[in-house]
Formats: sequence, C-alpha cells, structure tokens
Amino acid sequence: MDYLKAFLVGGAICAVVQILLDTTKLMPGRVMVILVVTGAILGAIGVYEPFAKWAGAGAGVPLTGFGNVLFKGVKEAVDKEGFLGIFKGGFTSSSAGISAALIFSYIASWFFDAKMKS
Amino acid sequence: MAEEMKSKMMGKQSILFSNPPVIVAGSSIAGKKEGEGPLGHLFDTIQEDPMVGKETWEEAESEIMKEAATKVLEKAGLKNTDIRYLVGGDLLGQLIATYFGIADLNIPTFGLYGACSTMGEAMAIGSILVDGGFADRVMAITSSHFASAEKQFRFPLDYGNQRPFSATWTVTGSGAVIIEDARIHKKNSNEPTIVIKGVTVGKIVDYGLKDSMNMGACMAPAAFETISTNLEDINVTPDYYDKIITGDLGYVGQHILIDLLKEKNIDISQNHMDCGIEIFDKDKQDTHAGGSGCGCSAITFTAYVMKQLKEGQWKRVLFVPTGALLSQVSFNEGRTVPCIAHAVIVEAI
Repeated sequence: MDYLKAFLVGGAICAVVQILLDTTKLMPGRVMVILVVTGAILGAIGVYEPFAKWAGAGAGVPLTGFGNVLFKGVKEAVDKEGFLGIFKGGFTSSSAGISAALIFSYIASWFFDAKMKS
Repeated sequence: MAEEMKSKMMGKQSILFSNPPVIVAGSSIAGKKEGEGPLGHLFDTIQEDPMVGKETWEEAESEIMKEAATKVLEKAGLKNTDIRYLVGGDLLGQLIATYFGIADLNIPTFGLYGACSTMGEAMAIGSILVDGGFADRVMAITSSHFASAEKQFRFPLDYGNQRPFSATWTVTGSGAVIIEDARIHKKNSNEPTIVIKGVTVGKIVDYGLKDSMNMGACMAPAAFETISTNLEDINVTPDYYDKIITGDLGYVGQHILIDLLKEKNIDISQNHMDCGIEIFDKDKQDTHAGGSGCGCSAITFTAYVMKQLKEGQWKRVLFVPTGALLSQVSFNEGRTVPCIAHAVIVEAI
C-alpha cells in the first residue's frame, strides 16, 4: 500500500509538471525552481509535512520535497542558533541529498557517456 | 571599368554576375538519422558513428567537416593547393568546428558566422570572389551536429531535457561546394553545368520573437524579406524559379512565409520547398517541426538540389538558407532572435 501511494502521489506531481512543460513556454530550469519554491512555501504554512507523512516517498522524492527539506532545515537552525541559522539550516538539512546527487552522478559518469538521441 | 562594375549590382541588395561562376562539385556527409531519412540514398557518405571515433561532439563535427572538404576535392578531381580560398563556418562559438576541422587542409580561409544561413553566405561570398577575379576556385563549406548544437544552444544531452513540438532537429552533417571561374572551367560531360547566376544578400530582420524552441517562426520573416527583395531587384515573378528553396523553416515557418508573401500578392505555394522538411520523415522519425542547422540546407543542396539540376528536373532555383542569429548570451539575457536569409540563384545551363 505504501508503494502504491508513493507511486500515485509522485506520479501525480510529475504529471502536473509535464502539463506545465507542454502547455507553457517555461524553460525546464524555471519549472524546477517553481517546484522547490512551492515545496518551501507549503512547508512554511505547515501543509507539506503532514502530506509527506501520508504520501511517503511520493512527496519526498520530487523537488517539492527538497523545498520542504530546505524550509525545515532553516526553521530548525533558526530555533537553535537564531539569526545565523537562516544561512546554515538549508544546507545542513539538504547536505546528504546534495552530496549523494554529486557523488552518484560522478560515479555514473565513469561508466556511461551521453549518447545521441535517435 | 566603372561601367562594368556597376552593371553587376541589381536593385537594392542583389548581384547578377558577369561570368556566372560554376559549381564544379558538391559533397554531402550525413549522420545516421539523416541517412535514414527520405534523402538518405543521395548522400556521399553516411557517418553511422555520431562521435566519428572522437572524444567530444565538437571534435566529431570537425571531423565530419574535414570529410566533406576531402570528398569535394576528390569529386572535383582537385588538390587542396588548387583552391584559392576556403569560405565557411558553423554554429559553434568561435567557429571551432570549422577552424579545427579544416586546419590540415592549408587553404587560406575566411570564417563566417551566419548561423544556419552559412551555406548561402559562403556561396555568395565565394562567387563574388570568383566573378570579381580575386580567386579562380573557392571552397564554400559548413557543418552542424545535433549534439554539439544542443549543448551550445539548448541543453547538453546528458541533461535529458524534453523537446517541445515546435523545436527543430539540428542536422548532423557537412556539405561543401567548389566554385570555379567560368573562364577556366572545362566542361567534361554532357551533364548541364551548374552556375551561380546571382545572389541577394540578406538584412537582419527581427520581429521581436524570443522563442529559441521555435526557430521556424523567427526566421520566416527574414526569408520573406530576402525572397521578395530578390524578385523585385531582378524584376521577375516567382515562376521564374522552378523551386524556391528555404533552409530550415520547417512546417511552422513554411506556413508563415507563404502567408507573409501572399499579403504582398506573391504566391510561392506551388514552388516552395524547405530543406528542413525534405530531410526527415516527421511521422517516422519523430523530428517534430523538421530539420535545421547549417548542415541541413548544405547537404540537401549538394545531394538533392544539385542532382535535380544536373538531371534537368529543374532549370533554375533560388536557394535561400535561413539563419537565427541568437547566441547563448543573448538568449540568457532575454533578447530577441534576429534572423537573416541569403538568396543564391542557381541555374543549370
């Protein structure tokens, strides 16, 4: 059941993004930023956390989840360290994700090359 | 002398040559996808390996251009020392495909940037040099590569970006022609001789469009300006040409071009052809709006248009490669896409 929920929720978020890409002139970079910012805002107004608890990876893996993590990190750090937390929190909470993305894509580049589209 | 000089200039921006220079040979090197398209059987060489055995897309493009240069010399039965000047360019920054590709040929070189209109620009300048008596033989050459162009102008292939339906497909390929002075040309077969009768040099046309994924719409107004000026300058109607051949407007641009000309009471709907539409089968090959890139018009011209002229199917064509002159900087800074089109009158005699 968890798997099914994650699949459907994650798929629904991706479908919304596909509609954005197909029907608007927004470049992919902008769409990604929209997702992150949406996640952060939904996190700030307290909506994303309960949603993520219910949907699991379906809400955590898409970029909206990253936005939520950024907000959560900043909030925790501000609570603990005050003003300085604004600058540290986002990076602290997202450090595992960012490092994993860098390290795994670097490892992948040892074994694979970009190929022509056909 | 002054009288003679003046007589070559026609109207606002056109030239009719006193001794129309001869196109002695043309070469076409095409990529795998182009080879699988409707014109596949006409290309000299189909390069199955998109990397051409090299390390980078840019090196691969250079190698394809070198092959086109070598092939055209071979077909014309000439050596590199027989060529007075090479005039050419490509899409990449600082023309790296061209300069790295042709370095070994040791031919004095003019580098051009006309984006996808480069073949027209190179043929125009080449024939001006020849008819003006500044060169006996000139090689006009250009290339493009899907992967290097995507990397420079859109997104690197590694990024896995999705392409919208109005986006054209950059042709992987390189085409070259050798343009020779008619006074030294020796006719050695019964085939008609292909000559460049004249040219119309295009102006920058900018209708304020900004969409780099919809080049056909951006470039159509430039083609419109150049074609209507050509007809006006040399005082002919569209049926003077068996074909009016644009470079890479694709399906979207073709519509706009025909409509724009209709508003001026010029009807080219019967004899218009677009290289970008001819080169791929859009239903079978998933190329969306058609082919584009310097190589698109170049190899369609050298493989298909020259064949039709040689076989007597067409007598006279107006070859109008179109170029979108954006750069990655101008695009990122949100500027519009200025465009250009050069027209070359090619005739079989």
